[in-house]
Amino acid sequence: MADVRYEQATKLYSGTDVPAVDALDLEVEDGEFMVLVGPSGSGKTTALRMLAGLEEVDAGAVLIGGRDVTDLPPKKRDVAMVFQNYALYPYLTVSQNIAFPLKMAGVKKAERERQAAEVARRLGMERYLGRKPSQLSGGERQRVAMGRAIIRQPSVFLMDEPLSNLDAKLRVQMRADIAALQRDLGVTTVYVTHDQAEAMTLGHRVAVLDHGRLQQVGEPRELYDRPTNRFVAGFIGSPAMNLCDVTCEHGAVSFGGERVELGPAVANGSGAVVLGLRPEALEVGLEGLPARVEVVEEFGADAFVFSSAQIGGEETRLVARTEARRAPAQGERIFLRVKPEEAHLFDAETGQRLGA
Amino acid sequence: MSAVTAPVALVRRRPPASVRRKRFLLAVANHSLLIAAAVAFLAPFIFILLTSLMTNNQALSTSLWPHPIRWSNFYDVFTKAPFWRWALNTLQYSVLATIGLVLSSVPVAYALARLRWRGRQVSFLIVLIALMLPPQVTVVPLYVMWAKLHLVGTLWPVILPNWFGDAFSIFLLRQFFLTIPEEYLDAARVDGCGELRIVATVVTRLAKPAIAAVALFSFLYTFNDFFLPLLYTGENPHHWVLSLGLSEFRSLHQVQWNLTMAATLLVMAPVIVLFFLAQRAFVEGVTLTGVKG
Ligand SMILES: Nc1ncnc2c1ncn2[C@@H]1O[C@H](COP(=O)(O)OP(=O)(O)OP(=O)(O)O)[C@@H](O)[C@H]1O
Ligand SMILES: [Mg+2]
Repeated sequence: MADVRYEQATKLYSGTDVPAVDALDLEVEDGEFMVLVGPSGSGKTTALRMLAGLEEVDAGAVLIGGRDVTDLPPKKRDVAMVFQNYALYPYLTVSQNIAFPLKMAGVKKAERERQAAEVARRLGMERYLGRKPSQLSGGERQRVAMGRAIIRQPSVFLMDEPLSNLDAKLRVQMRADIAALQRDLGVTTVYVTHDQAEAMTLGHRVAVLDHGRLQQVGEPRELYDRPTNRFVAGFIGSPAMNLCDVTCEHGAVSFGGERVELGPAVANGSGAVVLGLRPEALEVGLEGLPARVEVVEEFGADAFVFSSAQIGGEETRLVARTEARRAPAQGERIFLRVKPEEAHLFDAETGQRLGA
Repeated sequence: MSAVTAPVALVRRRPPASVRRKRFLLAVANHSLLIAAAVAFLAPFIFILLTSLMTNNQALSTSLWPHPIRWSNFYDVFTKAPFWRWALNTLQYSVLATIGLVLSSVPVAYALARLRWRGRQVSFLIVLIALMLPPQVTVVPLYVMWAKLHLVGTLWPVILPNWFGDAFSIFLLRQFFLTIPEEYLDAARVDGCGELRIVATVVTRLAKPAIAAVALFSFLYTFNDFFLPLLYTGENPHHWVLSLGLSEFRSLHQVQWNLTMAATLLVMAPVIVLFFLAQRAFVEGVTLTGVKG
């Protein structure tokens, strides 16, 4: 058990001039499930590999359990990692794969086999102990990889997109299994994904990365309700938040001719701002901003209405959420009304959040 | 209620007669060609085998079938020449050289393929240059060196260099190691392996076909090597290997073709047996080198 700390940790790959991870400051508490999320190329894998010791730290430091491990090789860090492609050794059986870290630690064969069987039982894999990885399905391989990680009882688990090779349904199931396993073991976990839904459901806290920089870290709800900048606002949530360039005058925004009061926090602001509206902050009603329905996506009870409207003379795409039963039809003309208390405002230039 | 499903009667369609005739003729043509090639390749071996069973007088005649069959030729080989000594020398050369070559080339190839260090590109370039250097270029300086070490006349000058890596093997193994997914190595690192341990366990296991091919190439090459043993041990019959002994066999007494052929057969036998034993690894390795090399 240990906490993890990145202190101004930086990685600059040779031959590049932009750091893949730029002065990362991040603290993961003991027993916490931390998810690193961000678009492709944002530096998630690099950050994780720096923690594992697989990537040199070019500046700053990495600490595990208060111990500076910046210059220690991976085997001295007491971490276990689950890889995207599982990296199961094709020439070893499931049992031998799971027991591999114990073998490296010099544990006796009988003891290794006993522990491997116990781990396999825990993962529901005891029937497969004698098989080779090539005789397993993707989900089963994933479990073996998990088994290899937990058998050594490391102080930190590292997982790099462990579910991305599974089909959607299995992914949801494994998501729940991983969450339960982590809760049982109580081991500090750093989990990398590019799927924001996975991040929101799994993480105790979520850290959003973009271009190697930490954008925001917080509990999933906090990221959703109070994104600290335009990037986080657009990245977290599905479908994405509507972001419209609008003009703010005297504490109110004109939203396609509609005057939307924005409360006291932004009263000083005037000029160009970005108005952020989650789909549920837009109501389909009988009055408001006129729009034309382009696509309607139904998800059981809810439906997302993708429409286009004129805002400030520009054609803008807007997504609204409605009840599926009352969803308009494609091509229909509708009116969108804003719930001002759910609106977010961002600076048009810096992208930073304005107001509370 | 479970419905009883009748087994599906699959009536295999027969291709039309014209198609069948074409396929048949094609098969006949293919096989005739292959059989002809096989006979052409086998003929010398069969000739050797038959001659090795003849009396010396018959061996000099035009008849092809041995009459009477003299199995004792194979016994005579051992009594008329120090055949055992040559065999042991050859074994010493091949085994020691092959072990040394594999043990020294695998780590070098791994370092060139997988570790990041200053000078790696230059080192690889040097390996490539060594690979392209014809052996005749280095023979004289090497001979002088071994002479100064007082090892000329023994087999050490042909064995020891293999313990310092072989350019071709390093190159071949490096190309193969490059194809091993990095994740395997990373997983091993996280699970407690140092680099040497990774080479000894994970890499060796994943690269088994390539390593087997390298070992086999080396064994066959050293087993058949004539030039270098002649150069260094030519003056000292005590250290001769089979290939040398075989060439000297004729001049030892008077030329005895039947015994020469029997000896030749005995020399070839281990290579052939080894090839059949390791056929899969060998063919795999050869295709590997074909694809990657
Ligand atoms: N070995 C390398 N050499 C040079 N640049 C690299 C190397 N590995 C990664 N990068 C660069 O570093 C940046 C971050 O890469 P990283 O793999 O950490 O992204 P990621 O967030 O994991 O993306 P993904 O979701 O696609 O896996 C990228 O711009 C990538 O091009
Ligand atoms: Mg990645």
